[in-house]
Amino acid sequence: MLWRAILGRFGISLVTLWVVSILIFIGTNLLPGDVAQIILGQTATPESTAALRAKLGLDKHPIEQYWVWLQNVMMGDLGISKAGLGAGLGTPIVEMLGPRVDNTLRLTLIVGAVAIPISLFLGLIAAMHPGTRLDRSITFATLNLISVPDFLVATALVLIFAVSLGWLPSIVYLRGDETGWVLLKTLAMPILTLVILVSSQIIRMTRATVLNVMSSPYIEMAILKGVPRRRIILRHALFNAVGPIVNVIALNLAWLVGGVVVVEQIFSYPGLAKLMIEAVQMRDMPLVQACAMIFCATYIVLIFIADIASILSNPRLRHPK
Amino acid sequence: MSDLLEVDNLRISARNDDDELTPIVKGVSFTVGRGEVVALIGESGSGKTTIALSSLGYTKPGLEFTGGEVRLEGEDVISMDSDQLRGLRGHRVAYLAQSAAATFNPALTIGEQVTETCVLHGILTQEEADARAETLYRALELPDPDKLGKRYPHQVSGGQLQRLMAATALCGKPDLLVLDEPTTALDVTTQIEVLKAFKSVIKQEGAAAIYVTHDLSVVAQIADHIVVLYAGEIQEYDTAEQVVEKPSHDYTRRLMHAVRPPPAAGQGDETTGEHRREAPALEVKDLLAGYGRIQSGLPAIPVLRDVNVAIERGHSVGIIGESGCGKSTLARVMAGLLPAAEGQVLLDGEELKPALEQRKREELQKIQFVFQMADTALNPRQRIDNILGRPLEFYLGLKGNEKRRRIGELLDMVELPQEFAGRYPEELSGGQKQRINLARALAASPEVLLCDEVISALDSIVGANVIELLKRLRKQTGVSFVFISHDLSTVASFADEIVVLYAGRVVEKGVTDKVLSPPYHPYTRLLISSVPELRVGWLEETMQTQEAQAGIDRVVTLKDKGCPFFDRCPVAIEDTCDQETPPVRTLAGNHAIECHRSEAEFAH
Amino acid sequence: MSEPSQETSASTQFDELPTAPPKRKIRLSWPGKIGVSVLIFWAIIVVIGPTIAPYHEADILDEELFIVPGSDEMYPDTDFQPPSSIVLLGSDYLGRDTLSRILFGARTTIGISLLATLLAYLIGVTLGIAAAVGSKFLDMCLSRVNDALLSIPSIMFALVLIAALNSPGIFWLILIAGFIYAASVFRIARSLGQEVMVSDFVEAAKVRGEGLWWIITREVLPNIAMPLATDFGLRFVWVILFISSLSFLGLGVQPPMSDWGSMVKENLSGLVYGSVAPLMPALAIATLTISVNMIVDDISAATGGKLAKRMIS
Ligand SMILES: Nc1ncnc2c1ncn2[C@@H]1O[C@H](COP(=O)(O)OP(=O)(O)OP(=O)(O)O)[C@@H](O)[C@H]1O
Ligand code: SF4
Ligand SMILES: [Mg+2]
Repeated sequence: MLWRAILGRFGISLVTLWVVSILIFIGTNLLPGDVAQIILGQTATPESTAALRAKLGLDKHPIEQYWVWLQNVMMGDLGISKAGLGAGLGTPIVEMLGPRVDNTLRLTLIVGAVAIPISLFLGLIAAMHPGTRLDRSITFATLNLISVPDFLVATALVLIFAVSLGWLPSIVYLRGDETGWVLLKTLAMPILTLVILVSSQIIRMTRATVLNVMSSPYIEMAILKGVPRRRIILRHALFNAVGPIVNVIALNLAWLVGGVVVVEQIFSYPGLAKLMIEAVQMRDMPLVQACAMIFCATYIVLIFIADIASILSNPRLRHPK
Repeated sequence: MSDLLEVDNLRISARNDDDELTPIVKGVSFTVGRGEVVALIGESGSGKTTIALSSLGYTKPGLEFTGGEVRLEGEDVISMDSDQLRGLRGHRVAYLAQSAAATFNPALTIGEQVTETCVLHGILTQEEADARAETLYRALELPDPDKLGKRYPHQVSGGQLQRLMAATALCGKPDLLVLDEPTTALDVTTQIEVLKAFKSVIKQEGAAAIYVTHDLSVVAQIADHIVVLYAGEIQEYDTAEQVVEKPSHDYTRRLMHAVRPPPAAGQGDETTGEHRREAPALEVKDLLAGYGRIQSGLPAIPVLRDVNVAIERGHSVGIIGESGCGKSTLARVMAGLLPAAEGQVLLDGEELKPALEQRKREELQKIQFVFQMADTALNPRQRIDNILGRPLEFYLGLKGNEKRRRIGELLDMVELPQEFAGRYPEELSGGQKQRINLARALAASPEVLLCDEVISALDSIVGANVIELLKRLRKQTGVSFVFISHDLSTVASFADEIVVLYAGRVVEKGVTDKVLSPPYHPYTRLLISSVPELRVGWLEETMQTQEAQAGIDRVVTLKDKGCPFFDRCPVAIEDTCDQETPPVRTLAGNHAIECHRSEAEFAH
Repeated sequence: MSEPSQETSASTQFDELPTAPPKRKIRLSWPGKIGVSVLIFWAIIVVIGPTIAPYHEADILDEELFIVPGSDEMYPDTDFQPPSSIVLLGSDYLGRDTLSRILFGARTTIGISLLATLLAYLIGVTLGIAAAVGSKFLDMCLSRVNDALLSIPSIMFALVLIAALNSPGIFWLILIAGFIYAASVFRIARSLGQEVMVSDFVEAAKVRGEGLWWIITREVLPNIAMPLATDFGLRFVWVILFISSLSFLGLGVQPPMSDWGSMVKENLSGLVYGSVAPLMPALAIATLTISVNMIVDDISAATGGKLAKRMIS
């Protein structure tokens, strides 16, 4: 029963990923005029366009194109970018992506490692003392933080830490050989921004989840059974809240996927999102497709994890009749 | 010697958002002696639960103690600090909540939750506690006592959970048990079993108990003293015999009056005249219905099988059976809300289309449905005059003054003041909403009224008033009724024919007097003997009978073959009843019983 | 220990105890009250902003304005000036008045977001209710497509569409935002609608023989209006943030038009000099979005489960 549920979710995720790939393919082929024209731009002659078109397989039916593209993507061939086209036929996208993916992954992993413990701690503290001044300030602050634009947090931080205090660089220059302290200092601003943004969400949702569990009849019953407070929270409440909380964390990491776009741009951080913005600005469609697929796939995987968390935390599924 | 618990002039108030205090409990005093059971009885909102919880030094969030004392062996629990309270709760005073399903933590095993308190309080070691739990399971007649502890709450039935709740409370050998409506959510046949278990265990353990309920007949079985509450004040406080047999207070008498006499022959309303035409007002024939997709004539979840019911003009037919047996499903098929997989629905002898959309407006008008929950059956965003006006407009084409006049008449009919026309449903009480719900159905001038559990959500006095109203309306209008209820006494006092459903089959039907007097179908017999009677000592007598021994807590399943009651039937015939669908035996006076046993054998 | 029955006032009337709770009024906390005022303030600015602005949004201010009396500097800097009596909120990278630009930009930012949210509601509620009341098949089709749309992060979706449409104008921007957010509105409207559709009073209307249109307009819509209105507030906030982010990335509102988001972007270079020019429009957005959220918070506290304030003693 448990495995059925998990397999079911897995199947749904696969189908979703497939539908998403279709949507992205349609989206990137919305306008008349195709990649060949865009790539060649001003220099296009009918002959050269036709030649490039044949080379890229654009003379085929759209459905066939989609199949070819899908097969290539699954084989790890993401196509060819417009960048560096002058000489011959552009750079293979896979080569361009490598370092960018590394950078974005590094950023988000650090953010996750910092944000999750902090926000779980604050969320639990707030939930354990509801209505107190501490709780009210935490809820008020996080409500404000989730309401404001990402770039406000970023600019405010730059004004404080880079301009006024001069502690941190306002722009990220990655040479690639930084390590340890230097690397941390270089990445500090984007990390700080993202941690603040992600934590606010997780804190709010953790608090709500725990409070929800705490107001359930079985917690009242535990109180009436004379169970000590510590045990109520650690055994009775947390056991039921773990699933929802893991769910919350996965969903917020998924949110990070979108959140990095603005932050990478502000700090000129050479990550995947910035690459995608550049691709959009240059209308480098194959590159846009590739980046979008990576982001969406990550997102779907994280949502899958969130679903699994709630399935696993359901005792009805873990211990069927 | 002092009493175990003394509640002395207790006052509890609710604090609202504006920091104003509204008194909920207004100076209540009573005592509980050792080994004694005191019942708190009253309708919803009378403060029963609030008072009971005070003996644990607890109030629900939003409430606070504003005066008086609750002394346990001379010590005031209200002024205890949280450490002292923790020592008290579960150890000296234990609580049993109304809904066990909600109060068991779904993520922990039953065993852990049952033994938790006494291990935490250091009364027993884990092994001793496990052994004690097993003894309790046995005493409470729970199945599989040795393995039960390892299961999770969702793996046992509702009635079993309710008894496990008792095991949890008893495990720490408390001096005082607080039981909050422990049997209210259960079917009669389950309730009697749970009551029996509670009573014997309380006696055995020598614990004292506070028993909260709204049901006088239950109280009569279990209490030594009775406290009758109304709106946070004590109306009457005396020994059980005294209160039940010679109630001295007005309110108690009204409560007693609202308790319908136990079902017996000779109660049903006399049939109105013999102006019978050839065709019944409404009839279902060979019905097969259920939920889910219909594949090769059979729905995915079949609920009703071979159901034949006819409602004669001006008659009222009661449909009775335990929860989940398909009563509502039958009503929904009649109304057209659920198209039947097979069989016919006939109105005035003419076949109706199975689905609602295909039925004609005049046909819809003639069958009106009164929903179980008035709370949800009235659109909260419509005023009462719109709710009542719509069917008038829709079926009868009334407009303007005429419509307004008719709305006034309808409000009169259900005994509500005219001003109510301008109100919204949330400004009415539960009983008033149910009256509007009825008035809406009557507005259509129907021939048949389908009433699905119309009073089961109401307090006893309010419900009794609604039944009176229904009886009057029936005389006034000559409408035929289909009256659905899980409560046999209610049905017996209202219907002139009764249909007994069990697991989707009609096991017995006939005129009320016939059904309620022998010969009985074995299931009807169990039902009748399970309805608590308002007299002291009934429980003990009943427990001796053979019916009461019939098992409960068996999953009731609709079977393809054999008698559905086979698992529980005390007179089942092995190899026949479980293999062959029982024949319908038609006895004298249009009385039918579906059973392998012959008429002669029903006698015992 | 039998005590005599207690005497109570004989005058007690044993009425049906009213089960109906008194109607709850929405009470605004002080952040909520401030929120309402800020919202009214911005609504007024949308109308009269351009008329009360000290300069035109495109005016590049004269150097003369900035000459400090008594100083001999003839050509002072006009860009990235700190707030002063001449430019109340400072000047931007071209030497334009930030305050005037914010007052003008209110119309663009709020207008676009409002239109996009309304569009999202139009699409989302229509299809959502269609899915809730329509056939199982229709519901399944719409929901599957919707699930897929929801599993693309909204900003990614927008980026793909913008790349494909090649820097579209405001019209397309509204369309894109409206379309993307229609997916989440659909989900809410559908689940609210489904909840009402299975309620007894809708069933009662069905047994009466009412048509679909009557059920939708009289039974369903009045009952989901309030939660949808609350959700509208939240959605509006998301759309403002979304459009501003796009503008900030240089992919939303394009020059010569400008909105608050693009104002942040164009002045970002001033950040290193400590200029407040990029901060001011960002703060303007924040006042708006925080206000809406504060109000929504109050409303949901009043209508939906107020969490138990007190727990373990
Ligand atoms: N929509 C549904 N889909 C699937 N099964 C259903 C549905 N509604 C009811 N059932 C099942 O059909 C059976 C009969 O239900 P029904 O509501 O008719 O019982 P009932 O006799 O009215 O019970 P109660 O006394 O609790 O109201 C039950 O087993 C129930 O679980
Ligand atoms: S058919 Fe058999 S099992 Fe069923 S009620 Fe009759 S005797 Fe009992
Ligand atoms: Mg029912």
